[in-house]
Amino acid sequence: MSKYITAYYSDEEDLLKGIGQIKADGLKIMDVLTPFPVHGLDKALSIPRSRLTRVAFWGGAVGATLGFGFQAWVFTIDYPLNIGGKPFFAVPSFMPVAFELTVLFSAFAMVIAFFLSNKLGPGAKPVIHDERATDDRFLVVVEVEENSPEERISQIEQALAKAGAEGITLKA
Amino acid sequence: MENQKFIFPRKLASITLSMVGIGVLALVVSYFTGVGSERIAANLLLNSYYFLSLGLIGLFLVTVHTIAESGWHTSIQRVGEAMSAFIPVGGVLLLLLFVLGGMHLLYHWTHTDHLDAILLKKVAYLNTPFFYGRLLVYLVLWIGLAHFIRKNSLLLDQTGDLKFYRKFRMLSAVFVVVLAITSVTASWDWLMSIDAHWFSTLYGWYVFSSMLASGTAILILLVIALKQMGYMTHVNQEHIHDLGKYLFGFSIFWAYLWFSQYMLIWYANIPEETVYFYERHKHFSDVFYVNLILNFVVPFFALMTRNSKRGSLIMVPVALIIFIGHWVDLYQLIMPGVVGGENSGIGIPEIGITIGYVGLFLFVVFRSLTKAPLVPKHHPFYKESLEYHTQY
Repeated sequence: MSKYITAYYSDEEDLLKGIGQIKADGLKIMDVLTPFPVHGLDKALSIPRSRLTRVAFWGGAVGATLGFGFQAWVFTIDYPLNIGGKPFFAVPSFMPVAFELTVLFSAFAMVIAFFLSNKLGPGAKPVIHDERATDDRFLVVVEVEENSPEERISQIEQALAKAGAEGITLKA
Repeated sequence: MENQKFIFPRKLASITLSMVGIGVLALVVSYFTGVGSERIAANLLLNSYYFLSLGLIGLFLVTVHTIAESGWHTSIQRVGEAMSAFIPVGGVLLLLLFVLGGMHLLYHWTHTDHLDAILLKKVAYLNTPFFYGRLLVYLVLWIGLAHFIRKNSLLLDQTGDLKFYRKFRMLSAVFVVVLAITSVTASWDWLMSIDAHWFSTLYGWYVFSSMLASGTAILILLVIALKQMGYMTHVNQEHIHDLGKYLFGFSIFWAYLWFSQYMLIWYANIPEETVYFYERHKHFSDVFYVNLILNFVVPFFALMTRNSKRGSLIMVPVALIIFIGHWVDLYQLIMPGVVGGENSGIGIPEIGITIGYVGLFLFVVFRSLTKAPLVPKHHPFYKESLEYHTQY
């Protein structure tokens, strides 16, 4: 277990300024929690672009291949049926199902990848730093090790206070 | 800097005008080498329709963003307006083609002494006076609305008076409704009635989606070309990115409508419907598949990633491919019905006349760009447009 030092702001402009200050002091910000999306926050925290789009592409590619391949196998090898005199390998009629499975696999892959990368899902234990993060508080969370010396913690708290934090809490 | 106007370089003007010369020369050469007057008329119809539609799509994109009050689009509004300058030119060329004997060559329903039972049923819609009546109504509405929309946009820029903005927005709403109806009926009149026995209820939207994709491609090419020439410095990656998303989305939309039409006809397998695709499979199978590859497969994979839409390295070639692709799409809509498999092909009339129209289109658009500042700086959304940035 680690401890979390949380600084809160009540305005997004102060938050963005504070983040710049905190980073200049060489502290590592674990996460920022805001009640609504803040413009420029990703850039300020230098968060790399999400890789979810790649998951979506490969999920879709798998879905398309499976959807198309399964129908091709069923209608040509496993159980060929003469439907209205159409050829057994009837590409246009495979398209709607292949399309739907592309969307389905892509969506499922994204949801699963999202849960995995955020450690969410059934049985996940929420870490609530401040309940007002969903209301009107902008939180900056800094992680410290369990057995950090007292001086280290107070040093961080001072740095946060210098960065304009309106309140600082320590949570185990 | 802020108020800069486009200066039409002399060299570019002479290049575009010599392209027009090539077009006229190709027209004369193909007339005297005897490629058949049907084929010449079909090429003139194809290009007149194509470039007229590009003009309409330019205005459509301006108006639809105006009534949606979208901020980002304001920075490139002038380019769409300049494209709309081709509407009168394209309209008059189309009218001339029909008046100077094109109708008889293109539409077999005009041969009124040879009508069969099916065509006799359609006489109430497909007859020459009504055809010209509709044509004139379309042209009057399009040219009139384009003129007044442009006028109010320029007045807004000169005076900064929001009165003109409200007028501009109101006219935009009218134009979107007018185009929604007339683009569909115009495609019935000019394209679907080539194969007068056949019909498809999806046809109008299919053609419109095709034009929407190629119009966006041309808009992108013009914006990037203007940036290359040192204008439009206020347009950045973010705006190009959004246009790229349009190109990507409209290409998929086109493929969706193409497939919806094709699959229903293929599945139902009714002879009077399948005859349309039978002809295209038999004599135009190359064109049939090239059409799908250029207009769907290429943009789908090339424009999928975020980075490809944010620079000109991939956007320019893909936009060019889509521009050619939808020309091919119109080719396979028109040629099988007018010229037929034996006499058609891609040669001097196709390539030369198209070069002529490209030159004329560019000349008209660039000349229109010189007439107003490229930056609509009194537009209420101008500032928002500069601040714009897009995430995905």
